[in-house]
Amino acid sequence: MTALVEIRDVSKAYVRGRQSVEVLHHISLDIRQGDFLALMGPSGSGKTTLLNLIGGLDSPTSGNISVGGKRIDQLGGTALAKWRAANVGFIFQFYNLLPMLSAQKNVEVPLLLTKLSAAERRRNAAIALTLVHLADRAHHKPNELSGGQQQRVAIARAIVSDPTLLVCDEPTGDLDRQSAEEVLGLLQVLNREHGKTIVMVTHDPKAADHATHTLHLEKGNLVEQAA
Amino acid sequence: MKYLQLVWAALARRKTRTVLTILSVLVAFLLFGLLDGVRAAFNAGGTLAGVDRMVVSSRFSIIQPLPESLVARVRATPGVRRTTWANWFGGYYREPKNQLIIFAVAPGYFDVYPDYGVGKPMLEAFERTRTGVLVGASLAKRFGWKVGDKLPVMGSIFPNKATGETTWQFDIVGIYTAPSAKSRALEQQVLLHWKYFDEANAYGSGDVGWIIVQVADPQRSAEVAQAIDALSANSDHETKTQTEQEFNLSFAKQVGDIGLIVTAIIGAVFFTLMLLTGNTMAQAVRERIPELATLKTLGFTDRGVLGLVFLESVLLIVTGGTLGLVLASILTPIVSAASGGMLELPPIGLASWLTGFALMVAVGAIVGVLPALRAKRLRIVDALAGR
Repeated sequence: MTALVEIRDVSKAYVRGRQSVEVLHHISLDIRQGDFLALMGPSGSGKTTLLNLIGGLDSPTSGNISVGGKRIDQLGGTALAKWRAANVGFIFQFYNLLPMLSAQKNVEVPLLLTKLSAAERRRNAAIALTLVHLADRAHHKPNELSGGQQQRVAIARAIVSDPTLLVCDEPTGDLDRQSAEEVLGLLQVLNREHGKTIVMVTHDPKAADHATHTLHLEKGNLVEQAA
Repeated sequence: MKYLQLVWAALARRKTRTVLTILSVLVAFLLFGLLDGVRAAFNAGGTLAGVDRMVVSSRFSIIQPLPESLVARVRATPGVRRTTWANWFGGYYREPKNQLIIFAVAPGYFDVYPDYGVGKPMLEAFERTRTGVLVGASLAKRFGWKVGDKLPVMGSIFPNKATGETTWQFDIVGIYTAPSAKSRALEQQVLLHWKYFDEANAYGSGDVGWIIVQVADPQRSAEVAQAIDALSANSDHETKTQTEQEFNLSFAKQVGDIGLIVTAIIGAVFFTLMLLTGNTMAQAVRERIPELATLKTLGFTDRGVLGLVFLESVLLIVTGGTLGLVLASILTPIVSAASGGMLELPPIGLASWLTGFALMVAVGAIVGVLPALRAKRLRIVDALAGR
């Protein structure tokens, strides 16, 4: 299978005050289409930084990143935003739903950037909510849903525009075991049945067990690759 | 339009704050609506074309008298149908807080001003009594006066020649009721004989305050006015013939430049409003940084997020402002009616609405610009990490 994400000699440094801190050191990595990759490692190891680079939320200090053959490290802010809207779904630890919008409206938000009509947006959002088994909660606001349900709404929002790549930052970090299992099960279904390529940052080895591959980062270096 | 749901959601996030902000904007634009009419009235020049009554007064100041001899010359001017004249007589009833609008009016005054509604029997009673005065019904009601009462007035300018004091005593011989609501303000006046005033005041006689001219053809008013002013050109009593509206406003303008004062008040209100709403918008954006970062994560561009915050700010001001102007439109006739004709506020016209909307957009843009720029410059990774 071809590599969807190609990372070549990527380094990332942050400037904090007068100091420049390099958090990723010359990382090279391929993520194949259809992979479910878990990124593990201690706090400060650079997991989230690498995830942000893969998702186009940040740009590397040096090196190349290609996703689906496109050099995203060369894209400017606006082009990168449009690329994200079309190609990546994001799932965060704390769901990051808009509190005043219903589940249905939250899922529709990425579709506002498309040319779909209001009716089409409603229909697609309803399908996405059905996929995460929350069709009956479509009109509930985030504060009327449990943590697991909110994360499932966030998953529906991530997949509603049918992106190739899903990036998940500690998606079960704020959930109890049962909700975490439900969310991880959903991610597996999306990976196996819908062909989504998933990159997930996690501290939880049980969560990582749901992935097809696991990579470990330590002090900004890739230290192990398990199949 | 599809993005409006995001803007409304942002405004609904802190309902109490949004409602209070809208209320403050509402009050500012209510004041704007009420005061803009006053400002417009005081800044309006007025046009002579089409008016059938004009006022001839000193070109230099309305407190500068004109010679009585000028009246006959004005009356002889081609195009003049009638003339009469009047003098200001300042004074108060019992206490200085009870200031009265008192005019000494010449014969024929009520022929030129049927607006007072003074009928023949009342006019005859007035003419019979040298110290007689006619008082407006609103004023009579306020002080409990009735026909036959003695009216002591403490004059603020003219001493009485007989006593050397500024105390005057008049006899109320009639109480008039203005026939239309439009002229209800006239009911706040006291009218006395000019002849008595002229003979009895210690500051000399033969002066008139202003001359009122009724023209034969309103379409020729401007021409007639020019001819009247030419009578006194290069004399020590040059005149200015103007509309009644202009003349009345010049009375109020003795206090100061009312238009400027009103503009300054509106300016101060809007400056305060901008500080208030600017702070509110800045706070609202500060609280929503993770949400704005999420929108950017999902693919909203920097400009897109800037536009959303900008739209939110403008929408907030336009909502409050529109409600304020609507309320001003409702209140304007009520305030005018409640003032008994003393305060004739013009209705909120198209010009005020357009100025109002321009102000709303301008204020919304000004208060939104800094928060919008902050939202635009937001770095996703920093915002999501809480930095």
